[in-house]
Amino acid sequence: MRKSPKAPSRRDAVRMAALAFAACAIAPRLAFADEKTVAAELKKLYGGKPMAEGKIRLDVPEIAENGLVVPVNVEIESPMTEADYVKAVHVFAEGNPQPGVVSYQFTPACGKASAATRMRLAQTQDVICVAEMSNGALHMAKANVKVTIGGCGG
Amino acid sequence: MTTKPTPRVRVPAKAAAGEMIEIKTLISHEMESGQRKDAKGETIPRKIINKFTASFNGKPVFAADWHPAISANPYQSFFFKATESGEFTFTWKDDDGSEYSAKNKLTVA
Repeated sequence: MRKSPKAPSRRDAVRMAALAFAACAIAPRLAFADEKTVAAELKKLYGGKPMAEGKIRLDVPEIAENGLVVPVNVEIESPMTEADYVKAVHVFAEGNPQPGVVSYQFTPACGKASAATRMRLAQTQDVICVAEMSNGALHMAKANVKVTIGGCGG
Repeated sequence: MTTKPTPRVRVPAKAAAGEMIEIKTLISHEMESGQRKDAKGETIPRKIINKFTASFNGKPVFAADWHPAISANPYQSFFFKATESGEFTFTWKDDDGSEYSAKNKLTVA
C-alpha cells in the first residue's frame, strides 16, 4: 500500500495529540472571566472612579435551578428628571466566560430607572450592577447567585 | 432553528397623562453565544441580537446592549412615563446585520 504524502504520519499524530492536551490544560484557565476582568471592564468604562453603595435594587434569585434562564431585574432610585436621571446601567457576571451581560441607556422619558431581562450564568457566582447617574456619580451593587445547572453548554 | 425572529410587544393601548406604564418585549431568537461546540467539537459561531432600542414619536427612550450572556428568546421590560399620544418603535439589531422592528400605538387620555 502506498502512503499518500498528505496523510499524517504517526509522528504528526503524536505531536497533534500533545498539542491538543496542552490546549485542554490551558483552556479552562482562559475560559472563565474572573473578578479582574470585570474590574478591567469597569476601568475601561469609568477609569478608576470610586463607586458608592446604595440606590440600586438588584433583584436576582438566590438559587437558580437553570443557569440558562436567570431573571435579573434592576431598579435605581432616581427622580428621573432632566436635571437628575440615571444615564446608564451595566450588569456583569464575573464567573461567565465573558463578563458582560447587559448595558442599559435610560432617558428621563422612562420615568423610572427599572428594567428586567433574563440571563445565562455558567456557574455559581456574583452578579455586579453599576449605575451611572447624569451628574457622573457611580453606584454599585453585588448579589450572589447559586447555579445548579450551568448555562453555557456544559 | 432558523425561523425568522418574531417580536412580541405588550404596551397598554391607553394611559392617563403622567401614568407610568410598563412595556414588555420578547423576541424569538436562539442567541448563539459563540461558546458552544457542535458534535464535531467545532465552535458554533456567535449570532446574537446585540442591541435593542425603543423610541417614542422618533425620540429615543430606552436602549439595551445585549451580550452573549442574554438568554435565548430575549425578554426585556422597562418603564415609560406617558405624557402624550403617539407611537413606539422598537428595533432589534442582529449580529448578521438584519434588523427586526415593531410599532405600537399609545393613546393618552
